[in-house]
Amino acid sequence: MSAAAPGPGCTRTPVLRERGQHEVFCGLTSIIWLHRKMQDAFFLVVGSRTCAHLLQSAAGVMIFAEPRFGTAILEESDLAGLTDSHDALDAEVARLLARRPDIRQLFLVGSCPSEVIKLDLARAAERLSALHGPHVQVINYSGSGIETTFTQGEDTCLAALAPTLPEAGDTPGLVIAGALPDVVEDQMLRLLSDLGIEDVGLLPGRTRDNRPPLGPNTRFALTQPFLGETHGALIRRGAQPIAAPMPFGADGTTEWLWAIAREFGVPRDRFEAVTDAPRKRAERAIAARADDLAGRSVFFFPDSQLELPLARFLTRECGMRAVEIGTPYLHRAILAPDLAALAPGPRLAEGQDVERQLDRARAARADLTVCGLGLANPLEAEGLVTKWAIELVFTPVHFYEQAGDLAELFARPLRRKVRLRFEAAS
Amino acid sequence: MKLSVWTYEGPPHVGAMRVATGMGGLHFLLHAPQGDTYADLLFTMIERRDHRPPVTYTTFQARDLGADTADLVRQSARAAYERFRPDAMLIAASCTAELLQDDPGGLARALDLPVPVIALDLPSYQRKENFGVDEAFLQITRALAQPQARSEPVTCNLLGPTALGFRHRDDIEEVTGLLSEIGVAMNVVAPMGATPADIARLPAAHFNVLMYPETGESTARWLERTHGQPYTKTVPIGVGATRAFIAEVQELTGLRGAPGEKRLRLPWWSASVDSTYLTGKRVFLFGDATHVATSARIARDEMGFEICGIGCYNREFARPIRALAREMGLTALITDDYLDVEAAIAEAQPELILGTQMERHIGKSLGIPCAVISAPTHVQDFPARYAPQMGFEGANVIFDTWVHPLVMGLEEHLLAMFREDFEFNDAAGPSHHGGTAPQPAVAPAPLPDNVIWLADAEQELRKVPFFVRGKARRNTEAFALEKGVSEITIDTLYEAKAHYAR
Repeated sequence: MSAAAPGPGCTRTPVLRERGQHEVFCGLTSIIWLHRKMQDAFFLVVGSRTCAHLLQSAAGVMIFAEPRFGTAILEESDLAGLTDSHDALDAEVARLLARRPDIRQLFLVGSCPSEVIKLDLARAAERLSALHGPHVQVINYSGSGIETTFTQGEDTCLAALAPTLPEAGDTPGLVIAGALPDVVEDQMLRLLSDLGIEDVGLLPGRTRDNRPPLGPNTRFALTQPFLGETHGALIRRGAQPIAAPMPFGADGTTEWLWAIAREFGVPRDRFEAVTDAPRKRAERAIAARADDLAGRSVFFFPDSQLELPLARFLTRECGMRAVEIGTPYLHRAILAPDLAALAPGPRLAEGQDVERQLDRARAARADLTVCGLGLANPLEAEGLVTKWAIELVFTPVHFYEQAGDLAELFARPLRRKVRLRFEAAS
Repeated sequence: MKLSVWTYEGPPHVGAMRVATGMGGLHFLLHAPQGDTYADLLFTMIERRDHRPPVTYTTFQARDLGADTADLVRQSARAAYERFRPDAMLIAASCTAELLQDDPGGLARALDLPVPVIALDLPSYQRKENFGVDEAFLQITRALAQPQARSEPVTCNLLGPTALGFRHRDDIEEVTGLLSEIGVAMNVVAPMGATPADIARLPAAHFNVLMYPETGESTARWLERTHGQPYTKTVPIGVGATRAFIAEVQELTGLRGAPGEKRLRLPWWSASVDSTYLTGKRVFLFGDATHVATSARIARDEMGFEICGIGCYNREFARPIRALAREMGLTALITDDYLDVEAAIAEAQPELILGTQMERHIGKSLGIPCAVISAPTHVQDFPARYAPQMGFEGANVIFDTWVHPLVMGLEEHLLAMFREDFEFNDAAGPSHHGGTAPQPAVAPAPLPDNVIWLADAEQELRKVPFFVRGKARRNTEAFALEKGVSEITIDTLYEAKAHYAR
């Protein structure tokens, strides 16, 4: 076991680049998890009724604890005069902050309409920070569909946070970027601590006071493959990236941890001692689902940018065969280790022309088709077995203890297909 | 600019999608950025549709804005026509594309496609989903309906049902059955299930049944004006309304067939002594105007409830709801801000809410049971079983649905008698709900400064069953204030009870 050698894998596989109808969410959708992750933050989308409707529909269910997000819906009068719309925004923000004194970070989230009318939310954020600071920090980023796809909303959010992080001292530090479920984050911190790596900074932090410091002595690793802009923003702050495959499955987690351990001078024997038991647990958990998955083919529609690392997990650790791996955006620098570890064979596709891709999916008739909520039931009705992709983002799937759960997400639709019987009982 | 957390209606282009998705043979080109495709999942997930909505999104991106988004419209329209070969195309812009002013309808017409191309003007920054449904249906009808002779037998059209409608699927079946028993045959049901060719045949019917004024009224009025077809004014939800609807159809057609009432159970279920406990239960009604107005009549006349609050979210239909509220001595709540609705419900302290999925959640946070009577729809509003709201079977369904969230007859008495039983107390809730009472997540409104509850009175208040406790607290405090009492004792509690007793 070692970090993936920079062998070819799928590194040199040509990528089919398509443009046409994209059957994907816009970046606003990532607010659904970000607003729960950051407990003193409020996400104020400046947009249209469509944005508000998306947010309440995207999660499939409404989250009815009072959410820490809302939409300032633009109306006819806001389109007429931009000065007035800034005044209207200031008034809405003042009312919101008066009602929610616990809010210490306010994100002004740009949308398609706010960008098309060129409503300058960066300037609004500066003005509102001056007005409501230091108690509240107001930050702007874009979640618009004309610029971002689904998980890219988290990327633009974290990238906007990067310049606001405090300066780190001279001691070497580690920052992990990517919003993870709390339980998974705790497991990760325990593993790093057992390796002797303490005081790990997390981006995003659970509160504003938990923001990680950053500087030239900071190394950082990503837990999510979609953090391209964040990657760049952290490098601009002087931090050094640690390249690693994404921590999915037993191998992915081990290689991710080893890449960090090596940087921090953790001896090999200590690494083995810490990771041996959980790695074996993960392997056993994956093996328990192997019967359902091994030898089966899988086709990925683009959704969250997790497709490539997940395909690596399914092919290398679960014995599946990837037919096509679609992704909204392929960030080569970040995904190099995953690409290298992916055996050649699958078609790689970036962007989307959904009608053509559906033609290919129908022709391929993979044993499992991973796709968005708009496509899953129609494809099931055509006799394909599908896994809806959004669940991969809304379920704890990272690191050793979730490796079995991750395999199970793919195995369950296949098992269900076998289990259901409607012919006359005999 | 208006801060909104949850909305009762989507944008108008989602309304147009509900029309297109309900129909067959029609394709909808929507000029929209990526991300607006989320609307597909409303149909495939909430309604469990086994086909994608027939919608092509132009999917423009930031880099297209400097270039030619108009050309993208032309390309997408041609490609969608080539791939789907529809009988007619619908073209509109979503909120962002509206700002680009590309005139997608004009562009698509210039392509000279061999089928009718119907352009919609959907002002996203002024109007909402129901407008989008009503407008799309009207424009499709205006474009396609052909003058023609009336059909030989007496027929009618059903107007208004769409994809993603609240129980539209089953209402169609129920109303079709009623009409058939009267002797009226079905010409066309639209938009749900209709093709462009069916829309062309609309004027062959002798009259129209306007099922849902929110989504079909403009079309019904246009058909009346242009093709001389009268339309029904009664929405047959509830026993009385269904009987009135039957009479209206008989009057319109001269036919005398009378639908049998053998399967109608609501009247006896409501009159039977087991239902006595429903008498005077205070209910709060909120939803779309049509379902609220019909539910109000059922609640008052057919269930024996007392209505303590009423309102609707669609301002376009505020007038009849205001009139109905006045008739009941109430002030109508007309708002699309769910925080206003929550405040009004908290203030009224009803024993039952008849509302939408939003009010169901409000009920959860206030500890008040709720039955759902109206859109916006949720996956639970598409049951596998037959569950209409209209007609006699609809009345039966409504009886069951509204009674289900309540603590039933004798159980209510037992809870009142033995409030402190360790297993069977009001924290345990209705026994048919798995033993958990809805617990208020929201603290009661703060007391006026000059009134306090003494400990033993507070203790006594806890013995009042949970479904009337909020009301008892409020009445006692109001009584204390009125009498200038600063400390609430057990006596004050019972004085107030006697004072407010009916």
